[in-house]
Amino acid sequence: MTEQSAPGADGSGRPSGRLLEVDDLRVEFRTRDGVAKVINGVTYHVDAGETLAVLGESGSGKSVTAQTIMGILDTPPGFVTGGQVRFHGKDMLKMSAEQRRRIRGEGIAMIFQDSLSALNPVFTVGFQIAEQFRIRRGMSRSDAKKRAIEMLDQVKIPNAKGRYSNYPHQFSGGMRQRAMIAMSLALDPEVLIADEPTTALDVTVQAQIMDLLGELQRERQMGMILITHDLGVVADVADRIAVMYAGRIVEEADVYDLYAKPAHPYTLGLLNSIPRMDEKGQELRTIKGLPPNLMNIPPGCAFNPRCPMAQPVCRENVPPLLQLGRGRASACHFAEELVNRD
Amino acid sequence: MGRYLVRRLLQLVPVFIGTTFLIYWLVWSVPGDPFAGKCGDRGCPPNYRAMMTEKYHLDDSIWVQYASYMKNLFQGDFGITFGGREISDIIATSYPNTLKLAVVALAIEAIIGLGAGVLTGLRRNGFLDNLVLVSSLFLIALPVFVIGFVLQWFLGVKWGIITPTVSNEMRFSELIVPGFVLGSASSAYIARVARTSIAENRRADYVRTAIAKGLPMRRVVGVHLLRNSLIPVVTLLGTDLGALMGGAIITEGIFGINGIGRQVLRAIVTKESATVVGIVVVLVLVYLIMNLLVDLLYAALDPRIRYE
Repeated sequence: MTEQSAPGADGSGRPSGRLLEVDDLRVEFRTRDGVAKVINGVTYHVDAGETLAVLGESGSGKSVTAQTIMGILDTPPGFVTGGQVRFHGKDMLKMSAEQRRRIRGEGIAMIFQDSLSALNPVFTVGFQIAEQFRIRRGMSRSDAKKRAIEMLDQVKIPNAKGRYSNYPHQFSGGMRQRAMIAMSLALDPEVLIADEPTTALDVTVQAQIMDLLGELQRERQMGMILITHDLGVVADVADRIAVMYAGRIVEEADVYDLYAKPAHPYTLGLLNSIPRMDEKGQELRTIKGLPPNLMNIPPGCAFNPRCPMAQPVCRENVPPLLQLGRGRASACHFAEELVNRD
Repeated sequence: MGRYLVRRLLQLVPVFIGTTFLIYWLVWSVPGDPFAGKCGDRGCPPNYRAMMTEKYHLDDSIWVQYASYMKNLFQGDFGITFGGREISDIIATSYPNTLKLAVVALAIEAIIGLGAGVLTGLRRNGFLDNLVLVSSLFLIALPVFVIGFVLQWFLGVKWGIITPTVSNEMRFSELIVPGFVLGSASSAYIARVARTSIAENRRADYVRTAIAKGLPMRRVVGVHLLRNSLIPVVTLLGTDLGALMGGAIITEGIFGINGIGRQVLRAIVTKESATVVGIVVVLVLVYLIMNLLVDLLYAALDPRIRYE
């Protein structure tokens, strides 16, 4: 085990050849009731052609990190208090509003969870896709329409031409999410952030959408950040997984390693809480307790009140995210014991 | 859309009959002799009495009176005053004036209300927001005649920027200040509704999506946000035209405009019931048509209504 920090965090801000890096990002929400520390030093990266899954409960900060990357964090109440978000090595947090706007859609695009509210109800689906070609690429109305229909076709919407002039409420949930994907891919982004893209969908449709996303990501060699709270969703699509808890990354690993040997008790708890066929009839295993109040994160490791392995040291020192070799990192005082057990 | 239009048109029929009947009934059931004081000290000659009684079916029941009135109305006959003047004449001279005034008021209302509403809705709790909040409270609290007389005195009499009264030509430039006076309270309401609507939709998911698509801010606001936020404002604006016309009486009085307010007041005082009914019936029509237009515009703005 080496004493270097997590991948991508060289702390210097020099270009490192990475496509997108989040480096020690800190975000807080200033509300009337107090300051909630939502992101407390998140570091992760994604390269072209790979999929990083960001896993965590609601309130763990996974979506806020994505919103900060996109520059769509609601300010107030959200404020970035530290860290960098580098795209091609350049810190986006220092860019002008106009520079950031140009990156949106073309450099980094985003798919939202609830496609019904994320699409504008008063414009046709086709208009909302074609709009990007017209505004960003300066295409004529008819060319933009042609390209938009191609996009609808690419996400396998049947009768794309006829569907062009339908409104969002006339689409089914799955079709609407496909349209959302078509919209986000219109300008051929290098990075796609998918924020819980299947949460609002039926289970059967979920698999189709995940397959489609995986396929498009491979075809286009995009970097993809897949935000989810569902371990089942990520297994087939993701290359690496970053697990978040209380605004920090607590474990990062290749998908296979993470499933085989979790190096953080929280990840272990998550894996154990997946219902299994061979345990049918038994009580579901859960992680006891609740996620911490972000206005009052417990000292030491934020997970310690819920952790079955917690020792006195966990209540005093915040465990840093340390490399365990082979692109693995864990923020647990007992990571080695966990990985090397049995 | 076609079926929606037909349905809305058919709905107008019972509303028109119901409201006009109520008006007719109320106006003609005001106690007192309709001929009292009409023909000077000597009273009306019997043949004149007989003619008017016959014309307005004064000896018959209210139902017969109303039915014959409506029959004549649909043939374009509004009847005559007791003095023998065609009521359609009075309507034709006074209505365009009030309509002009109300349209100017509506335009001013839309510009001031929407402008202030959008600016404050985007930046809530800023300096401008507080300024608009205070001044809109002021406009709502002040009675129209106070605003009217104060503006007339300062702008018209003291500083001579405008002519204190409106000439018979009803030039547009003369109508700006009366229009502002008439629409002042409403523009404050519209600013408030627009502000709330913009502020509410500003945080909507689809606005976030539009920003995430890398659209310029003026397109996000001007196209995505405004189109959704306009729906409640359009309702308010559309239904307000009728209210402005009906409420123009004070403004007309201050600025000497020969509009329906003045005519109705005179008709009520002199018990010219047919004139009152005629003017109000046309006003009902204005209300109904504007409501229909609002509903159509509503459907044009929001496809979810169109496809119901």
